[in-house]
Amino acid sequence: MDEIQKKLNAPSKASREDVIGRIISYTCIAVIIALVVSILYFITSRGIATFTTNHVSLWQFLTGKQWNPGTLSANGQPQVGALPMIVTSFSVTILAALVATPFAIAVALFMTDIAPKTGAKFLQPVIELLVGIPSVVYGFIGLTVVVPFIRHLFGGTGSGILAGTIVLFVMVLPTISSLAVDALRAVPTYFRSASLALGATRFQTIYKVLLRAAMPRLLTAVIFGMARAFGEALAVQMVIGNAVLMPHNLVTPTSTLTSQLTTNIGNTIMGTLPNNALWSLALILLLMSLVFNLLIRYIGKRGEIKS
Amino acid sequence: MTPNQTDRIATQLINFLVLIVVLILLFLLGDIIFSGFPHVSWHFLTSPSSSFSAGGGIRDQLFNSLYLLVLTLLISFPLALGSAIYLSEYAGNNWRTGLIRTAIEVLSSLPSVVVGLFGYLLFVISFHIGFSILSGAIALTFFNLPLLVRSIEGSLHAVPDSQREAGIALGLSNWRTIRGIILPAALPGILTGIILSAGRVFGEAAALIYTAGQSAPILNYADWNPTDGSSFLNPMRPAETLAVHIWKVNTEGVTPDAVSVSAGASAVLIIVILIFNFGARAIGNHLYKKMTGGK
Amino acid sequence: MEAYDLNQTHIIIPPEEIALSTKQLQVYYGHNQQPSMTNASLSFPRFQITALIGASGSGKSTYLRALNRMNDRIARVDGEIRYRGTNINSPKVNVYEVRKHIGMVFQKPNPFAKSISENITFALKAAGITNRQELSNRVETSLKEAALWDEVKDSLNKSALSLSGGQQQRLCIARAIAMKPDILLLDEPASALDPISTTKLEVTLKELTKKYTIIIVTHNMEQASRISTYTAFFHLGHVLEYDQTEKIFQTPEIQATHDYVTGNFG
Ligand SMILES: Nc1ncnc2c1ncn2[C@@H]1O[C@H](COP(=O)(O)OP(=O)(O)OP(=O)(O)O)[C@@H](O)[C@H]1O
Ligand SMILES: [Mg+2]
Repeated sequence: MDEIQKKLNAPSKASREDVIGRIISYTCIAVIIALVVSILYFITSRGIATFTTNHVSLWQFLTGKQWNPGTLSANGQPQVGALPMIVTSFSVTILAALVATPFAIAVALFMTDIAPKTGAKFLQPVIELLVGIPSVVYGFIGLTVVVPFIRHLFGGTGSGILAGTIVLFVMVLPTISSLAVDALRAVPTYFRSASLALGATRFQTIYKVLLRAAMPRLLTAVIFGMARAFGEALAVQMVIGNAVLMPHNLVTPTSTLTSQLTTNIGNTIMGTLPNNALWSLALILLLMSLVFNLLIRYIGKRGEIKS
Repeated sequence: MTPNQTDRIATQLINFLVLIVVLILLFLLGDIIFSGFPHVSWHFLTSPSSSFSAGGGIRDQLFNSLYLLVLTLLISFPLALGSAIYLSEYAGNNWRTGLIRTAIEVLSSLPSVVVGLFGYLLFVISFHIGFSILSGAIALTFFNLPLLVRSIEGSLHAVPDSQREAGIALGLSNWRTIRGIILPAALPGILTGIILSAGRVFGEAAALIYTAGQSAPILNYADWNPTDGSSFLNPMRPAETLAVHIWKVNTEGVTPDAVSVSAGASAVLIIVILIFNFGARAIGNHLYKKMTGGK
Repeated sequence: MEAYDLNQTHIIIPPEEIALSTKQLQVYYGHNQQPSMTNASLSFPRFQITALIGASGSGKSTYLRALNRMNDRIARVDGEIRYRGTNINSPKVNVYEVRKHIGMVFQKPNPFAKSISENITFALKAAGITNRQELSNRVETSLKEAALWDEVKDSLNKSALSLSGGQQQRLCIARAIAMKPDILLLDEPASALDPISTTKLEVTLKELTKKYTIIIVTHNMEQASRISTYTAFFHLGHVLEYDQTEKIFQTPEIQATHDYVTGNFG
């Protein structure tokens, strides 16, 4: 065998390099997978302790209105009714999304179809800037501007679902807007030109063609915004009032899942019912983020098939 | 109403809504700037905070935020890079890759408070590390990883396949091609992604209040030994960051000048993030021009 | 379709003159059941230019890329590729070594986003050449061989991406021959070039046959007849005819070849 033949049949530095490369990158991805699995595992195992160790019934947990895990009720049952927080969390999320969506779609239409040049020049940076503002700053402004304003209008403390909604509305607006822009940009231009060529006005084109074609992705955008609102902790915690009461109107103090968690997890002792109950709230948050995730995937898939 | 009238009204409605959004932003910025800037002074930036009396500064919080950011990037960047390389260069188009992508998506959709609580459970409670910069940095890594992976993968993906073929056709190993050719070509995008993620990390508080903690012990900036308890470099000490500070003085209600401290701190936070955002774009463009030999 | 194994009947190359040969080479892309290249058996003579011609989609690139295992990641390749007494299509063979000896230049110029000299030295350094003098010698000789030296000798540190398309392609050739391969595979290297650059490239290739065996895919019939000694005609994933270039262009055996080279195709 000559020199070249030998080289052809033996491993070289390059072969070893490739093994090293594979090991490195496979290890990194394995770490991330392990991380995700352990987050899911730890939160779940902590979160179900309320039901397995403390024998609270799931039904009672989800529908009870009294949250006072440290004390027993008259009939000797622990008071761990999470309904007020569940209701408040959903209320602020849905209301914020409802308010933000028309604004976001208007912003997106402005940027894609009405004045793309101005949109790119002024609105794009505006949106990016809004995305970059940290949530504590939103919370702080909510606390110093929104809450006093509501107090002035409606009396009371000013904290509550309305204040939470306003803060979350501003927070999810840029998220939904930028995704909505992507959704509208994904609609092929010939959809527009075809419709306009048929004599439709711009509004008819937007309403009948654009929004319809972009509907699945617009929905996804809104759900993304809702997921962000549902999981937001500090900004909401600063303006919601943090009283675990069933919300009777929009301007009385109440509590979301996240605000209850952030306020109290440090004040309870590991392994006790008050602590376990809080982990159950975290579990609800985790499950909801999975639900939002599934919804986005489901709608995304259906949207794909259609177009 | 004729279609043309509807068209006009609809357009005006859209313009009106857009105007409101712009006004909201102007108001936010104006509020931060006008209520914040008067409180930002050299004294404010360089003196320690005080909980119970007015006149506290943000020196330690600002340093903690920066230190935590550096540590977070040191941990999350290599991991994210390796994972992004796996996804863009090695992963096949099969169910396993689908599963991995789903896992990363799940991680990115978890609320940061849940990620923070997991860090609390694991590091503070189980491993007895306590509230520390290290715990905080790891929690922020969890929070930062999915976005960083996605942005790096995007940058790697944007490098044309012909570059990979060019490398491989010269007898280079895949790894050498990735390291020596693909990564440098993707560098502008990767850097931009890192800096943008730095902005997010810098402003994050929910993942930190139960990992890095809410107290800022007195730091000795002359002590460069990271193993000393009071050294500013000690990664095992609790460390309240700027964002956490804003949250804390507002919720605890014991600091008399909470509002002006938070306003000043918010202004500083926003300025740093703005610098990151503009810096990201500037550096990205500069590198890109340099590499392509453009003018 | 019957595999038309002409190299055994028409072209008689003494075994010691064969630089590379394939036997019954089949290529399946992805999970395809149908091969995109069927039973290709060809032998390539040393220090000659062999042209591969045929319509778009006939499998020329598929075949060429199989020769230095560039299809490994995207396709399954059956059959034998014989190089220096070794079947280099075996999974046990070190593909990196294969590619060092069988270089490749692609249809679209693909210089690295590095300086002109780094484009050439990068793979050399990876192959263990560290001597600065040796490196700069190789840069100079390979650029001269690729007929690019005079144009870039004063700007070796400029980004390769600032070169023109034709210059970039010659840089890619320089980069490939700096590795001192035995065989050079070129996939339509002139398709992105203007007539002047093309002529320069052809002159370069002719020059290169002093040291290298060249296999080139081309759509340009004149180019094939100008520069190649042998020509293989590809049709729908088969090699229909393989012969001396003159015979292919003047008295082909097969009607399809005749139609293709005279432009009556399709
Ligand atoms: N990566 C791939 N995956 C699947 N099929 C492929 C791939 N590359 C090529 N093919 C198929 O293989 C067949 C031959 O393609 P090939 O690129 O080899 O043709 P060609 O002769 O080089 O054409 P051209 O002159 O256009 O370059 C075609 O039918 C093509 O669709
Ligand atoms: Mg081809």
